[in-house]
Amino acid sequence: MSMLYGFLVLTMYFIAGEALRVLLSLPVSGGVIGMILLTLSLMVRGSISESLSGASQALISVLVLLIMPGVVGVFFVADEFSGQWLAIAVALALGTLLSVLTTLWLMQRFSGHEVDGHE
Amino acid sequence: MSELSARFQELLGLLSASPVLAIALTLGAFFAGNRLFRLLRRPVWLPPMLISAMLVGGMIAVLAIDYSDYSDGAQWLTVLLGPATVALGVPLYQQMHHIRALWRPILFTLPVAAMMAAVYAVVIAGLMGASPEVLASLAPKSVTAPIAIGITEQLGGSVSLMMGGLLITGILATLFVDLVARWLSITDPRILGLALGLNGHALGTARAFEISPAAGAFASLGMGLTGIFTALILPLAFRLIGI
Repeated sequence: MSMLYGFLVLTMYFIAGEALRVLLSLPVSGGVIGMILLTLSLMVRGSISESLSGASQALISVLVLLIMPGVVGVFFVADEFSGQWLAIAVALALGTLLSVLTTLWLMQRFSGHEVDGHE
Repeated sequence: MSELSARFQELLGLLSASPVLAIALTLGAFFAGNRLFRLLRRPVWLPPMLISAMLVGGMIAVLAIDYSDYSDGAQWLTVLLGPATVALGVPLYQQMHHIRALWRPILFTLPVAAMMAAVYAVVIAGLMGASPEVLASLAPKSVTAPIAIGITEQLGGSVSLMMGGLLITGILATLFVDLVARWLSITDPRILGLALGLNGHALGTARAFEISPAAGAFASLGMGLTGIFTALILPLAFRLIGI
């Protein structure tokens, strides 16, 4: 029962996010705006109710289930993007290698060397 | 015999007219995918989501159900994606205190690294002649799926193509972080976690929890902050460039 209350809170934040998105014509999805609102209000409040953390855990644990129908579609779009699969494959493989390199290199620069890190 | 097959067709038509078949297929594949994943000893290159999706894909091909019919029925489940995205704010709030421990690398690295994760893929695909729809589908490739779906819809990409790219990115990021960290001799589990969450979203975060709880916490933080940052910046960037 109390988990349902947490679900109501999450749904209200989602509706608030959608409302802000439409009314201010923001290019960000309502879910993300709701998530930011929720994070900020939790930070201001400094604590979280059991019903809200319970409902969040329950929803997050079935995220795979909610996302899967979208993934299934990738098996049915082969024709739609014919001729572009090489570009897609190279962009994914090389792009991911480069971004992992960039991330780790930057983090190594900015974390380990506190002593000689003047700039 | 032919009468029986006619009745079977009738039954299939009846069931696919209501969402119960799509819901049962999705739930069944979800559980079967998780079980197979454990049976195969949790292979990094084959996440449970991919197993489940292949099972559903196979089933609807065998039963000759249109993907669009399946997708309509499954909407009864996917409508929960909005509140589930909001729910990601809870772990993000719970990991926030880690920012103090590593604020320098997070502040200086995360915005640049999150942006480059999108830029590299879009530039490479663009140079190789990919269409604007493909570019919009590849751009959120390092963002956790519920947020990425929102971004792709805003950018006008294909959610299906984006989801495929997301899965491949998560798998590759997990492999590449291991490789590159060894090459740069980085062993700090907090940095490894941050890099895994930033580049490899939920799949990278799962791998980080295998390294250590600290790595997992920083991966969750990296994933959440990357999602928010990318969701705020990418639609603006696409609008400015005019793709």
